[in-house]
Amino acid sequence: MSDYPALDRFLRTDPRDVGCDQALAVLDLYVELILAGPAEPAGGTGATRERYPGVTAHLLACGPCHDDYQGLLIAAGSTRGP
Amino acid sequence: MAATRAAAQPAFPELTPHREPDPESSGWLSVLREDAPDRQQGIAKLHAMLVRAARAEVSRRASGFMIGGPESDDLAHHAAADAVLAILAKLDTFRGESRFTTWAYRFVILEVSAKIGRHMWQRPTVAMDNEQWDRLPERFGIDPSVHAQARDLLTALRHAIEQNLTPHQRRVFIAIVLNAVPLDAVTLELGSNRDAIYKTMFDARGKLRAALAANGYLNDDTDSDEGR
Repeated sequence: MSDYPALDRFLRTDPRDVGCDQALAVLDLYVELILAGPAEPAGGTGATRERYPGVTAHLLACGPCHDDYQGLLIAAGSTRGP
Repeated sequence: MAATRAAAQPAFPELTPHREPDPESSGWLSVLREDAPDRQQGIAKLHAMLVRAARAEVSRRASGFMIGGPESDDLAHHAAADAVLAILAKLDTFRGESRFTTWAYRFVILEVSAKIGRHMWQRPTVAMDNEQWDRLPERFGIDPSVHAQARDLLTALRHAIEQNLTPHQRRVFIAIVLNAVPLDAVTLELGSNRDAIYKTMFDARGKLRAALAANGYLNDDTDSDEGR
């Protein structure tokens, strides 16, 4: 445990991170998996993370892409039935 | 050791194979085809759906940037119109891996995102190249008045930013971290793209961690599953 958690988190990089282009290219698939499964916090954790670890890693680290993910999640979720 | 990113790997080696679109998605495809007799109605329906989504998305993001009223509605309409054009141009690439509506929403969300980034770039609140070093502690929640070690850490971090990063990495890092310029605005300012600027920051973060770890301030590791 670092004495400087915010700095530690910010400087922590994940080698699985696929970057913005690849993450955004499949964001619709990723969001559908999230919507189809049990609730997952942040950029996805459970089954979605296991299946797409590189995208999850990216969404956890990239603010703009995470914002896009949240927007798509809300838009796609709004058209689903209960 | 600088961290590396899985840039050469495909995002989804197990990508969902092509499958037939669901009935609703097939309906959208049939009405949007170039030879569909009711194509204009289909386009109007798609546009209306995307305007609603764009308005909601602009509203959701509105607190983060200075826009409102007619300007935000104008932005939403432009985003929806551009998304419709992009969707029609790429209709042949829809493979039915997701629902058509989710696929279409992706276009409009990214259009809204890009237009907000442009809006923020055109109305900067701070010069990108200012070096506001006094903001470094608050950006990472470090109070240098509490411990001498915290002061040493901040000195080491600034030294690493100045000495270990390339000029390009340093410029991007200072803009985003010290000046809190949105990444998308930095992208536009530098005539680059989000992926490239993110990669620049990714590499800079790895370099700075390595430098701080070498002096015992942080552990020298890239990410693991811990704490996520």
